[in-house]
Amino acid sequence: MESTNSVKRNKSDRVLYIRDLNISFETAYGTVRAIRGVRLDLFKGETIAIVGESGSGKSVTVKTIMGILDSNGVINSGQIIYRYTDENGEQQEVDLVKMSQKDIRYKYCGKHIAMVFQDPMTSLDPTMTVGRQIMEPMREHYSISRAEAKKRAMELLEEVGIDNPDKRFKQFPHELSGGMRQRVVIAIALACDPDILICDEPTTALDVTIQAKILELIKDLQKKKGVSVIYITHDLGVVAKVADYVAVMYAGRIVEKGRINEVFYDPRHPYTWGLLSSMPDVDTNSRRLFAIPGSPPNLMEKIEGDAFAPRNPFALNIDYREEPPMYDVGGQHRVASWLCDPRAPKVDVPEELQVRIEKMKKEAEQYE
Amino acid sequence: MSENRTPLLHVENLKQHFRISRRFTTKAVDGISFDIYEGETYGLVGESGSGKSTTGRSIIRLYDPTDGKIIFDGRDISGKLSKEDERYLRTNMQMIFQDPMACLNPRKKISQIIAEGLEIHHICKTKEEIDERVKDVLDKVGLSSEQATRFPHQFSGGQRQRVGIARALVMNPKLVIADECISALDVSIQAQVVNLMRDIQDEMGTTYLFIAHDLSMVKYISDRIGVMHLGHIVETGTTDEIFENPIHPYTKSLLSAIPHPNPIVEKQRKSLSYNKDEEGVIYENGHEHILSETHKVLATDEEFAKWTANS
Repeated sequence: MESTNSVKRNKSDRVLYIRDLNISFETAYGTVRAIRGVRLDLFKGETIAIVGESGSGKSVTVKTIMGILDSNGVINSGQIIYRYTDENGEQQEVDLVKMSQKDIRYKYCGKHIAMVFQDPMTSLDPTMTVGRQIMEPMREHYSISRAEAKKRAMELLEEVGIDNPDKRFKQFPHELSGGMRQRVVIAIALACDPDILICDEPTTALDVTIQAKILELIKDLQKKKGVSVIYITHDLGVVAKVADYVAVMYAGRIVEKGRINEVFYDPRHPYTWGLLSSMPDVDTNSRRLFAIPGSPPNLMEKIEGDAFAPRNPFALNIDYREEPPMYDVGGQHRVASWLCDPRAPKVDVPEELQVRIEKMKKEAEQYE
Repeated sequence: MSENRTPLLHVENLKQHFRISRRFTTKAVDGISFDIYEGETYGLVGESGSGKSTTGRSIIRLYDPTDGKIIFDGRDISGKLSKEDERYLRTNMQMIFQDPMACLNPRKKISQIIAEGLEIHHICKTKEEIDERVKDVLDKVGLSSEQATRFPHQFSGGQRQRVGIARALVMNPKLVIADECISALDVSIQAQVVNLMRDIQDEMGTTYLFIAHDLSMVKYISDRIGVMHLGHIVETGTTDEIFENPIHPYTKSLLSAIPHPNPIVEKQRKSLSYNKDEEGVIYENGHEHILSETHKVLATDEEFAKWTANS
């Protein structure tokens, strides 16, 4: 399968890389090990998507990058290296784990790394006009004049597809529709020309028709500005639309990652199989949906072996005893499953999914 | 499939208006008609603000309908309810709500939550009978009877929604209105709940009114679909008719907005947009055009000619 990904993954183009990140939360009931050894690279101009169920640790990962981890969260080990070019044109490298949260927020949040949250109503200030909210980060980080900030804000409003910016500039968030609000949030995020844009479920609170519009907008803006985007989502359809690279998370670990075509057309981890099969497919007429049995593990308890094993019909004996390492299965594709070990018995992709993938490939051929 | 059968629920020209001020009235539902037959699932889809939830709530009489007729199992339940009709309605029609955390009383045990309907309507004579029915229904939704003594916060989202379903089913209702009952759940759990609802339908012959904004899930569960927009049903038909041969541009835009898990195709595809005002569509002017016995579209004659010519 030919790859449609235009982005080459060159080591020198890395803007962010995460190594062996471990995060736990101290709660009244005990320690929750939310992130267990995450390793991830983000390259310039690339879109990566982190997929997983709620509680799989996808939001915690990006919150750490933004320096907005909850106060009971502890980073036990790991590195988050952010590389950027500073005002003097020099390459800089910082480890966000070693900085205090306050420092991250003061120096990088908003300016270099911006975030779009799930619900546009709660992420906007209801007492401030839209215009002032867009001007705020520019005035804060670059201390430019009000007139200049206003000019930029108008341009941004136009860029995110809001017509009549003069009028919108003076309006309050409650006067706008949900889709418009999310466009404003995106304008605020882009106000300081960030290198990295993090979108945490940017469309789950929106209608499907508007969802498509917002996704297309983010994609266009990304192409224009060359920012790298991290998407957090549980919707594989959204992932297929926007991402170049996917990381599937389960119980605080990345279980499968790779280029989007590698993961979608040749999934190897049983959890990914389950996720793909449980997507309702508009074209098939089967009356039953595939469902992954059981529910995600409680991370308060110590996990023996592979966290997915109890829900995995293909689980091997070793899955209950030892955690699988990351296997390199060619290309950019990495899978944490004992099934990829050369000693493991050969397990084929479930037939129904196989049929679906074949059909997807056939459809895809028409577009190439 | 509709030959000479009397529908379980017949809705005719239902209107639900909310008066906001002296000058302004929100027409949340503005004259919709549809039938639901016994043992089938009718899916109602549309964006937020289209009036689909209001329709569900009007039918179960959480609101007083402004105008129109609702006939449920041969009884008119649209006007003022007689004691007997009200009792019949409350026991035979049940609702499953969207947010499984918000709709369960956090101070009550699961067994109490489920048994509440039985107690209020004095359906069971003895305490043992109630316990028996609660145990049965828990079994049916895939929860164990030991879990009956737990509180809602001790369950995961999917399990809580199972409790919500159990609470609706314990009354042995004829019609269950499921209002966005899976949208708050994770993808892998959504599939479990949809399958569970299907199994229960096969076993007990329950009829569903399935309200959702996600067309792909609706496709799995529904026999027939009604597409709502701004208080009107713009198109209705069997699931195949809606998916294979959509006529109304709003239906088409909804269908095109579903993201497919196929990266190569999805990256090239642009979704269709639909703007009622730009197209000059005024729903009040339209009337029902019948394409087949089940497939109907709301349009004026010119619009209908235009839309069918393009497809």
